[in-house]
Amino acid sequence: MKEYLRKYFILRKHNASVMWKKARINKMCYLFLAPYAILFFAFYILPVCSSIVLSFTDYNILEAPSFVGVKNYLNLILQDDVFLIGVKNTFLIAVITGPLGYIMAFLFAWLINELPRWLRTIAVIVFYAPSIAGNVYQIFTIFFRGDAYGYVNAFLTEWGFIDGPKLWLTDPAYMLPICMIVILWMSLGTGFLSFVAGLQGVDKSLFEAGYVDGIKNRWQELWYITLPSMKPMLLFGAVMAITNSFSVCNQTMALCGYPSTDYAARTVVTHLFDYGFSRFEMGYASAIATMLFLVMILCKKFVTNILQRVGT
Amino acid sequence: MGKYNTQKAYRKPLIKRRKPNRSVGGDIGIYFVLFLFAIAMVFPLVFAVSSALKPLDELFRFPPTIFARNPSFDNFSDLFVTMSKSWVTFSRYVFNTIFSTVVGTVGHIMLASLAAFVLAKYDFPGGKTFFTIVVTALMFSGYVTGIPNYIILSKLHMIDSYWAIIVPAFAAPMGLFLMKQFMEGIPMSLIEAAKLDGAGIGRIFLTIILPLVKPAWLTLMIFDIQALWNADAKMYIYSEEKKMLTYALQQISSGNLIARTGQTAAVMVVTMVIPILAFVLSESQVLETMASSGLKD
Repeated sequence: MKEYLRKYFILRKHNASVMWKKARINKMCYLFLAPYAILFFAFYILPVCSSIVLSFTDYNILEAPSFVGVKNYLNLILQDDVFLIGVKNTFLIAVITGPLGYIMAFLFAWLINELPRWLRTIAVIVFYAPSIAGNVYQIFTIFFRGDAYGYVNAFLTEWGFIDGPKLWLTDPAYMLPICMIVILWMSLGTGFLSFVAGLQGVDKSLFEAGYVDGIKNRWQELWYITLPSMKPMLLFGAVMAITNSFSVCNQTMALCGYPSTDYAARTVVTHLFDYGFSRFEMGYASAIATMLFLVMILCKKFVTNILQRVGT
Repeated sequence: MGKYNTQKAYRKPLIKRRKPNRSVGGDIGIYFVLFLFAIAMVFPLVFAVSSALKPLDELFRFPPTIFARNPSFDNFSDLFVTMSKSWVTFSRYVFNTIFSTVVGTVGHIMLASLAAFVLAKYDFPGGKTFFTIVVTALMFSGYVTGIPNYIILSKLHMIDSYWAIIVPAFAAPMGLFLMKQFMEGIPMSLIEAAKLDGAGIGRIFLTIILPLVKPAWLTLMIFDIQALWNADAKMYIYSEEKKMLTYALQQISSGNLIARTGQTAAVMVVTMVIPILAFVLSESQVLETMASSGLKD
């Protein structure tokens, strides 16, 4: 045992000296990396770490933070009914729009892949445009306006589906579905571009081999050839989809109001925004942020596991 | 395949040979459905544009027309009239947005390509770990880091200045990620050859790498423009004269959406036209970059 430990330490020492030498040789690399790394740590890593620390404190920016243990978390789960509504809504939105948007992005990318080049370019622009069009989703407030002048109300009344105008954006029964439609409309973002580009790069000879091996239709080709060679892009798209579907709040706030009727359109991030920037209870808001972040990391692990089984 | 190899090289087949495992019915059905979806996707955008062009009497007509019958730019000129009532001039808002977009984009591209270069092409202790952290950071949305960021920015005295938008944008993880993935595709032999010729790391970066990653630059530029043009930064900036254009425009439309439907639509057109136009102009370069965006697990 002692011999083993001694050898182990010698090995570690050796490794460390090799590392040190490597670092010395490549010291210019650190110089190149430094400007980015410093800012990255200051604005991306430090915030997450301090968010975790702050989540155990009571902090309102003016006074120094005071340690309160897990009180924030307990309050969130046991006492804050509005937070639980937010969790429920975020969960519903994530579970429905996340996978659906992801599948939609891949399906559209795959279907336009065989179009002629000029047509494909137009299709990419058409499908991608809603996600970069800024706040154009507010046009849906005009479509779904609550009075008889809203287009949806007007048409549905005219065609006899409903008797009178429905309060699409103020009635809790309709808020979430409408938000989901809008979110789906905007969900063909960066992941979609990655899919389109990745599909172009799939090795054509694999398809030829597929014909010879007796792949009968496009669906078999998709499952056995296209999807397995797209795994890296699929993972990237999944990360984007998770990020987007868990951090929904702009759309619900713009469409249903902030706060919305009975908090029916409240999401976790809306709640975070409420406590962080309206009430300045930073410790509490940090606890929300930390929980959200943990869920996102777990979700990514889960999706990675699923994607490993694709094409087998 | 063999049949076409015998063809003369300069005569491309008029119709590409169909893949053998595709059914015609399936093709027609799929493209029909795709077409319907494309219409649905583009309809709200088209409607926003045409609403912006409709004069008042057409805006509230029922049934609504998809295209304006007598298109006019009244809504846009109304928008400028409303904007000019504010004590901050319109050009100031435009300057704010353009300034922070340009500075943020240029800085981000410079810092990200410096860092991406060494991460992609050199093996040094800590490099791989750093990149893994950056990939995880792709999942931080602005709101999760928003609160501590506010505290950090206020400690740095950057609240209520352009830097509150610009400096965090310098370090956006997406840019580094795409840039690094793209640089991985550059053959190592080029760099080895330059090393043999006696070029240092700086020289290799400037003369070999930078000219080769132009598509990635453009892509980063597009993503930055999208992000910064739409950044309203309402958490960090409160002085009227430092507000971004989109924020100022939103203030107009948020006041009374119905009474100012035309102006609101004009606001939407102004905010969406720049990112979409930027994308249209550089679509092929962006796709070239995104081809290397895959995440290895």
